[in-house]
Amino acid sequence: MISSELTKRDKSLSLSLFSFGKEPKKLKKITLQLTSIFLPLFFWSIICQLGIVSEMFLPSPMAVFYSLLDMAGSGILFEDIFASTGRVFGGFIFATILSVPLGIAMGAFPSFCALCEPLIAMLRYMPAAAFSPLLIIYLGIEEAPKISLIFIGTVYFNVLMVMDSVKFVPKELIETTLTLGGNTKDLLIKVIARYSLPSIIDTLRINIATSWNLVIVAELIAAEVGIGKRIQLAQRFFRTDQIFAELIVLGFIGFVLDMSFRFLLKYTCKWAV
Amino acid sequence: MKLDVHNISKHFGEGLNTKKAVEKISFSISSGEFKSLVGSSGSGKSTILRIIAGLDNPTKGYVKVDGEFVKGPGLDRGMVFQKYSLFPWLTAAENISFGMNLNSFKLKEIKHRTSYLLEVVGLQDAAQKYPNELSGGMQQRVAIARALATNPKILLLDEPFGALDLQIRESMQKFLYELWERTSVTVLLITHDIEEALALSQKIYILAPNPGRIIKEVNVELQKDDLNKLRLDPNFSKLRYELSDILRNLQK
Repeated sequence: MISSELTKRDKSLSLSLFSFGKEPKKLKKITLQLTSIFLPLFFWSIICQLGIVSEMFLPSPMAVFYSLLDMAGSGILFEDIFASTGRVFGGFIFATILSVPLGIAMGAFPSFCALCEPLIAMLRYMPAAAFSPLLIIYLGIEEAPKISLIFIGTVYFNVLMVMDSVKFVPKELIETTLTLGGNTKDLLIKVIARYSLPSIIDTLRINIATSWNLVIVAELIAAEVGIGKRIQLAQRFFRTDQIFAELIVLGFIGFVLDMSFRFLLKYTCKWAV
Repeated sequence: MKLDVHNISKHFGEGLNTKKAVEKISFSISSGEFKSLVGSSGSGKSTILRIIAGLDNPTKGYVKVDGEFVKGPGLDRGMVFQKYSLFPWLTAAENISFGMNLNSFKLKEIKHRTSYLLEVVGLQDAAQKYPNELSGGMQQRVAIARALATNPKILLLDEPFGALDLQIRESMQKFLYELWERTSVTVLLITHDIEEALALSQKIYILAPNPGRIIKEVNVELQKDDLNKLRLDPNFSKLRYELSDILRNLQK
């Protein structure tokens, strides 16, 4: 009787690996996180070892690693990373500078929102990539059209998401500020923007992924250097190992960006996390 | 100081859908007084307080402070809400000094007043804590200190203890009473709790709902040296019973 009771308990314990809403212990968590990366890597190596797929199509992890070292050694890799991240930051920073104040103003003033929202909602559905021919006509083939493309692809989403987060500022905080003698400027900067800061940082974290996707599109059109350009060139010479290497670099940089935003959130908004 | 509420009415909506929230409310309150508005939900008591604070406009009538019409929120009227009103990114001390900073008080004065008020509300040790580290009662004490910081002529309290546990509520009432005695600030309290109003205020206005209107004024003349003893006083019980009865009959 007792033993069957115990085994029942054990079963429920073993199921707790994925139990709902329960944070796993630190060691278990790290093991799971490492599994997430190394299990696919393991299968990838096995498939290559067994020779199921031709190495032309699926290069082995080692081949990709050497290709990465090779590109790093010749300096191409860093040139590419530098060029691509520069474009992403350029476009993204312009988009942020415009969208954060605009989103806050739209969230805070319903009339201003009524003025801007229909246009932005429509522009948002025009794919940024569809603008690139026009941007080339207007701005040439240097950096300007690439940065503009990233800007266009990010700015509207940023505006609408910042606007939404501003709507969650509790009425009590706004009214308290008014009774304490605050004016509109105090309200916008010291209360509304400050209260929304955590969700604004989160919005930026989510939307920088879009910028990062678009830089590759931008480089496919006209570029000398850049990760997207390298991938296109690699395709021409059937260098799947290089394509894989560059894709992994893309994923890694994205991951680092994401983590940086998470750290920024944690350190600037301790009260919200 | 004299706050005059003159014949104010507040209607929401237009035409046939007009809802009369409050109808022809008049009363006044002078320096150092502690008065309460008591009513059930729907009696428009919060609406009245919001109009006095300048957060809502009356449909008819007006509010004057020392002869000046109230046109919007102002430093002469400090307000404390029922909950969620502390700035979560500021410590208790920073919350208290927030209003003084907005109005460019001198740095030395801000520092001095903040530590004085922290002491008045008994939270010296919690000065550097964030709102989410404070209990509900402590949060309300910070909110009261913050409202007092800018030296208002009158303190408007909108069910300040309504969201607190019963046990804490009684100690907060004692706290508020002692604060009033010590700082001689003028207080207008909104509550649905007859006992709270009787224990704290000198005068109570009883409101009837739909539309909200004053149906009775009660002068409270009880010995309030010890609030715990007061609750056992037969006169207190009698008054509480009478007034509860009035409110109960209004519900029928």
